[in-house]
Amino acid sequence: MTTTLYTSDHEWLAIDGDVATVGITDYAQSQLGDVVFVELPKVGRTLKKTEAAAVVESVKAASDVYAPVTGEVLENNAALTAEPALVNSDAQGAAWFFKIKIADKSELGGLMDEAAYKAHTA
Amino acid sequence: MLARDDQDSLKQTPLHGLHVSLGGKMVPFAGYDMPVQYPAGVLKEHLHTRNAAGLFDVSHMGQIALRPKSGKVEDAARALERLVPQDIVAIAPGRQRYAQFTNADGGILDDLMVANFGDHLFLVVNAACKAEDEAHLRANLSDDCVIEQLADRALIALQGPKAESALAKLCAEAPAMKFMDSGPHRVADLDCFVSRSGYTGEDGFEISVPAGDAERLAKTLLENPDVMPIGLGARDSLRLEAGLCLYGHDIDIETTPVEAALEWSVQKSRRSGGARAGGFPGAEKILAHFDRGASRRRVGLRTEGRAPVREGALLFADATSGEPIGKVTSGGFGPSLNAPVAMGYVPVASSAIDTKLFAEVRGQRLAVQIAAMPFVKNTYKR
Repeated sequence: MTTTLYTSDHEWLAIDGDVATVGITDYAQSQLGDVVFVELPKVGRTLKKTEAAAVVESVKAASDVYAPVTGEVLENNAALTAEPALVNSDAQGAAWFFKIKIADKSELGGLMDEAAYKAHTA
Repeated sequence: MLARDDQDSLKQTPLHGLHVSLGGKMVPFAGYDMPVQYPAGVLKEHLHTRNAAGLFDVSHMGQIALRPKSGKVEDAARALERLVPQDIVAIAPGRQRYAQFTNADGGILDDLMVANFGDHLFLVVNAACKAEDEAHLRANLSDDCVIEQLADRALIALQGPKAESALAKLCAEAPAMKFMDSGPHRVADLDCFVSRSGYTGEDGFEISVPAGDAERLAKTLLENPDVMPIGLGARDSLRLEAGLCLYGHDIDIETTPVEAALEWSVQKSRRSGGARAGGFPGAEKILAHFDRGASRRRVGLRTEGRAPVREGALLFADATSGEPIGKVTSGGFGPSLNAPVAMGYVPVASSAIDTKLFAEVRGQRLAVQIAAMPFVKNTYKR
């Protein structure tokens, strides 16, 4: 059973046990516009919560994607490097960025559920 | 986010309501509330302009009439030559030329288009500079010219391979115009100024139209299925691929026309040994750059990888150490090339095509190579 949480910086996390799959929200991709480049964190890298973890670039500008929790990167989505436009077509599905092993579950406490995130972007 | 006050103080062009009704994403630009993109998005808008036709609202730009007090257009041309290094006298009636206002240090105050309308000159200047440009003209040319800011006119650019056929339906004379022809024409029975020019590298037109008729003209053009509205995002990626300078980024008061690789825009008559050599602000420095060379030069840059190299990125001669040798002044993703493109300044010694350099992006040195501009071949109808 997975739970999806959101950050105020427009990342989503699908939490399954102590692993979180992280991406950017559909709202974020709509604000960025056409994505042309994605840079992902290396597997094995330890990220601190709120640290810049990935970069997503549209035709217009570059934006950082922040680590929503502290932990080690277990996997990154090579499909995104090959096809950055996946971020526009399936931001909250096929276009996940990386999977992270959650070091401290208490960090999840400050994140939003879907209803709160909807209110945040309204 | 902008404070409420700032948003309220943003100016609107005569096409503002149309942008909003077309779903334009509005952003502040040069004091105006302008569409950065429409729902189609930057990528589609860019490619549509290269494949069919794009309609751009450039009404924020300044349109200025320079009328000679003597009634002779040559007198206005001679007067304007005191402020620009271009040969203005030689612009034939019905033609226009690219020019720069220079300052006493040889830097560029603004770049502009100058057209000869037979009895007066018609200038188009950048939005962010238009108040300063007008003051500069008034301070220097008022003895010879009446300077009139044409604030009651909108400006619409129609660019791309289908621009000619789209405009021909409303202006039968348009197809006979050649690149850089400019003058008064009736378009859809409106009194317009039409030039065959633009800022995309494509064939196309720029149409000055009375503000009150602008929306009707834009809507009529957009009824043509070949024509799509295009925002500032694609305008920037199109001009970057075309190797065209953006004022305030690729050229400014710190760059001379020679450093900016704009020698082609300075005619021989204004250079050393020419019939009217010098006589413009900063002539000493600019002519010295012509005669003895400048130390740095604006160049095009292509990357090896997919990561865009953007404005402000420092350029290095090697992958590891050392002081930066230059800087990127514009950069992004070129949708027609499906690859990153950039331009910037490097020492002349490192400016040859194919020279390998490194750009620092997020702390990493990325391999870049100096490349010829335009990156995408222009399709002007000469």
